[in-house]
Amino acid sequence: MVTLNHYLILSAILFSIGTAGVFVRRNLITILLSVEIMLNAVNLTFVAFGRALGSADGQIIVFFVMAVAAAEAAVGLAIVISLFRHRESLNPDSFASLKW
Amino acid sequence: MGSETIAFYLFGAVAIGASLLVIAQRNPIYSVLLLIGSFGALSGLYVLLDAPFVAVIQIIVYAGAIMVLFLFVVMLLNAPHEDTDYDARVHPLLRPGPMRFGAFLAFVFAIELWWALARGRDTGAFPGASVTSVSTIGKSLFTDYAFPFEVTSILILVAMVGAVVLARRDHPRDRQGGA
Amino acid sequence: MTPLLIAQIVLTLFVFVMLLNSAAIMVYVERKVAALLQQRLGPYLVGPKGLLQPIADVVKLMFKEELRPRAADPLLFALAPIISATAAFAAFAVVPFGASTTFFGLLSEPLKLQVADVNVAVLVIFAIASMGVYGIVLAGWSSNSKYSLLGGLRSSAQMISYELSYGMALASVLLIGNSLSLTDLVNGQSGTWFGFIPRWFLFLQPVGFLIFLTAGVAETNRAPFDFPEAEQELVAGYHTEYSSMSFAMFFLAEYINMVTVSAVATDLYLGGWHGPLLPESLGWVWFLIKVAALLFFYVWMRWTLPRYRYDQLMAFGWKILLPLSVLNLLATAAGVLYFGL
Repeated sequence: MVTLNHYLILSAILFSIGTAGVFVRRNLITILLSVEIMLNAVNLTFVAFGRALGSADGQIIVFFVMAVAAAEAAVGLAIVISLFRHRESLNPDSFASLKW
Repeated sequence: MGSETIAFYLFGAVAIGASLLVIAQRNPIYSVLLLIGSFGALSGLYVLLDAPFVAVIQIIVYAGAIMVLFLFVVMLLNAPHEDTDYDARVHPLLRPGPMRFGAFLAFVFAIELWWALARGRDTGAFPGASVTSVSTIGKSLFTDYAFPFEVTSILILVAMVGAVVLARRDHPRDRQGGA
Repeated sequence: MTPLLIAQIVLTLFVFVMLLNSAAIMVYVERKVAALLQQRLGPYLVGPKGLLQPIADVVKLMFKEELRPRAADPLLFALAPIISATAAFAAFAVVPFGASTTFFGLLSEPLKLQVADVNVAVLVIFAIASMGVYGIVLAGWSSNSKYSLLGGLRSSAQMISYELSYGMALASVLLIGNSLSLTDLVNGQSGTWFGFIPRWFLFLQPVGFLIFLTAGVAETNRAPFDFPEAEQELVAGYHTEYSSMSFAMFFLAEYINMVTVSAVATDLYLGGWHGPLLPESLGWVWFLIKVAALLFFYVWMRWTLPRYRYDQLMAFGWKILLPLSVLNLLATAAGVLYFGL
């Protein structure tokens, strides 16, 4: 029988995978993808709790989280494109110095 | 072992497996495609949680729009495979600096969350089956949550304008210096 | 293994086989109608009046050599036509094509003529249409050739641009129909006004219907919006490097997408399977007639209208069709509020 705990543990695992991705990967696009994984884990938690408490509020908050994630992905990718044009590299270590 | 339990473990395994492969891949295009697979599994989990609207919106917005955006950017930038100035065969926990910290942090995080959740009291099965209808969500969205809804639309507008401005090729200030 | 379950499985297989057949029939219809519009004969050698031409085409495609460019990414190159074809078939899974029937009393309870009755069916179609973009963009990228890449990127940009107007036109219908389930939307169009005008949503949403069809034509990459696969400009766009069965799968995906868009337009605007003179259980006959009329319209448009240039295409989608669809939505909302439609 699948309980709320199962969903929460799954969501926690996904969140930590996302966190690991943000730190371990040296590619700007993969870092953004890891952030998306984290946001999805949070969405899963919201929907699971919404179901357990019997209210639709969980799903509504997911709606907003998705909209914010879309906006953040768009702006983040625009920044990545802009950075790539200047340095021809997607490795965050090459943007370590303050000099442009 | 009801069909719902099997479905949960199946979707959960696909989601976790695909996410692990996303952060383990060298080629960014494969990462994006694997993440789409993970989103599909999550969509299945939402259906299991009696949230068909969120499941379909997940496919439309995340897998169908945001990931297409990622794919376009990866293709247009001809994103190179990640070049490494460390030995790729070294275990992540032994690599320098932030990677070691990050891998360790994620590991500790996972263990701690698992421990905390497994110790929690058993919440029991979900209360009675009720597929949330779209009209319930719609009514709530336009009455109780009307203000966040409008603010979100302004947010998206701002993001659109910002993305267009940031990704523009000629920066007006650069023109004045040279030719 | 109740009889209902067996009937459901048989129905699923039947829909699959019929979609394949429809693609084959469309190949013939397209060539014949194109020929007649251009005052020539078209296929007439193979079989009586050229009716066996699609079979000859399929056999030819099966015997062709399966090529793969050396620089192409092998996994993605093989995956792209599979994604296209799968999305095309999957979208038809939630489209109802007839009233519930008991097959002349053989079944104990009525079987819905639909592979899956989902109560968010309209959104599912939209979602699977969004997934169809991946087949094209991956085909363009993995072929590693400039014609393919340009064609793939242009094609997918066009598809995601016209999805917005598609969705807005859908939303306008939902306002009137009060449901996301296609079966409910069709049943809301039964009956007539004044005894002879059927209660189709077409008469309540004329502009919406035109927007939906235009966006649907752009979604399926058909003329006049087929610049990304234009023969003269881009060789063959995203499927330049494909041959034999992979090419056949792209072809199949295109025709089945056409059939799905026509079927959804029939369900949403033309009253689905409701029609005069025939009993309810034979409603699928009317459905077929309406879908056939829309498909003929598709083919007619391809061979009559000149092709849009790419920037004209995108400008039309964003600057004309999208504002028009938003205005349509507002007008529909006002109409529902004040006239209680």
